[in-house]
Amino acid sequence: MKPAPFKYIAASSFDHALALKAQYGDEARFLAGGQSLIPAMNFRLARPAVLIDINGLGELAGAGAAEGGEIRVGALTRYHVLERDTKFLAACPLFADALPHIAHPQIRNRGTIGGNLSHADPASELPAIAVAMQARMRIKSAKGEREVAASEFFQGLLTTDIQSDEMLVGIAFPAPTARTGTCFMEVARRRGDFALAGVAAIMTTDAQARCLQMRLALCGVGETPVDASAAAASLIGQPCTGEAIEAVAAEVRGMIDPSGNVHASPDYQRHIAGVLTQRAIGAAYSRTGHAA
Amino acid sequence: MRPERHDIELSVNGTTYRSAVESRTLLSDFLRHDLELAGTHVGCEHGVCGACTILFDGAPVRSCLMLAVQANGHELSTVEGLADSNGELHPVQQAMHDHHGLQCGYCTPGILMTMTAFLKQNPEPSEHEVREALSGNLCRCTGYQNIVDAMLAAAQTMRAAAP
Repeated sequence: MKPAPFKYIAASSFDHALALKAQYGDEARFLAGGQSLIPAMNFRLARPAVLIDINGLGELAGAGAAEGGEIRVGALTRYHVLERDTKFLAACPLFADALPHIAHPQIRNRGTIGGNLSHADPASELPAIAVAMQARMRIKSAKGEREVAASEFFQGLLTTDIQSDEMLVGIAFPAPTARTGTCFMEVARRRGDFALAGVAAIMTTDAQARCLQMRLALCGVGETPVDASAAAASLIGQPCTGEAIEAVAAEVRGMIDPSGNVHASPDYQRHIAGVLTQRAIGAAYSRTGHAA
Repeated sequence: MRPERHDIELSVNGTTYRSAVESRTLLSDFLRHDLELAGTHVGCEHGVCGACTILFDGAPVRSCLMLAVQANGHELSTVEGLADSNGELHPVQQAMHDHHGLQCGYCTPGILMTMTAFLKQNPEPSEHEVREALSGNLCRCTGYQNIVDAMLAAAQTMRAAAP
């Protein structure tokens, strides 16, 4: 099994990479970790005419706090780098929950944040986390740069807002505020498989331990990551009782439309999405530091 | 159309190789067919089974999910480099032998490469950590139990041998 022939160009600089993409457009794909693209090419589901290898562009890698209380992650940052970055994980505990679920150690040694998000697999963890965290996707082309909210970035199955001459160069999101708790949970058939359903929950409470703000996003249950924050609106201003959280789970079960797959029927996916919603909200609440 | 070729130079198990490779040649195929290092096995060729795991600059990766041209200027290790020059097995290999950690042996090179890197990074793993580290390598013969036993024993041997 091998990919169809293509032209390989190792980009010598960031500007070179963007110039090549402007030149070749949809014919070309960027090669980052290659952990989704190369298998698709091995199966010949993807047959790009040109591969622009960006692995040499170190300036695209790295994560950390930037000005204005926001956290930035470069597109070429590999999962395993984040897994070992205790400072980053302490600031973004959602990633600490989610990273071990992403495939296997060998894949995490190569796979990149930007590659994952550009690939936009709806069963993948990171798109849902980006939506939950209200990340801004930083996009550049030879002509300029722009930012798109994660909720608008994911447009459909494996489809994003990135245009043919553009590259996702990184993401930025606000650093969590005080009294914020987060949790990511998923169910997969085997360790490292894509999730049958996964839930990312971010809750901020007030000084009386009432829910002040709630972000909720799901993976694996639609053609894009699902922003279910509206389903949690009933929690705002309320103490987080078991009944209140169960009401949110019921709302989530009603709003999603999973397609089912070889491992799970749509009803089963809906059921586990509800169970995970309950558990993730409960865990996020307890991590705000207020729960009894 | 003449296939486009790239000159590459890389190190495998300490030996430098120079070659001209087609863009689409997978690293796994390059190791096996061009360098004739057929110890790296090829199973699923889409990143699921782990049989083709090698060390790329010291880190375990799937060689079927990389292009040979991407290895230009990098240092690779394969199963052929594990035993020393006198043929004495690496402690991880010896433990697999002692604990019957393989039957058909097809998955074994990938497991050896994954776990030598893991034990270097985590010399005193729990059983759970060993199972987690093994999660990216499929074995259909052993049921994993003997592999887990072998890795815990190898960790102990390597700790005892460490200065």
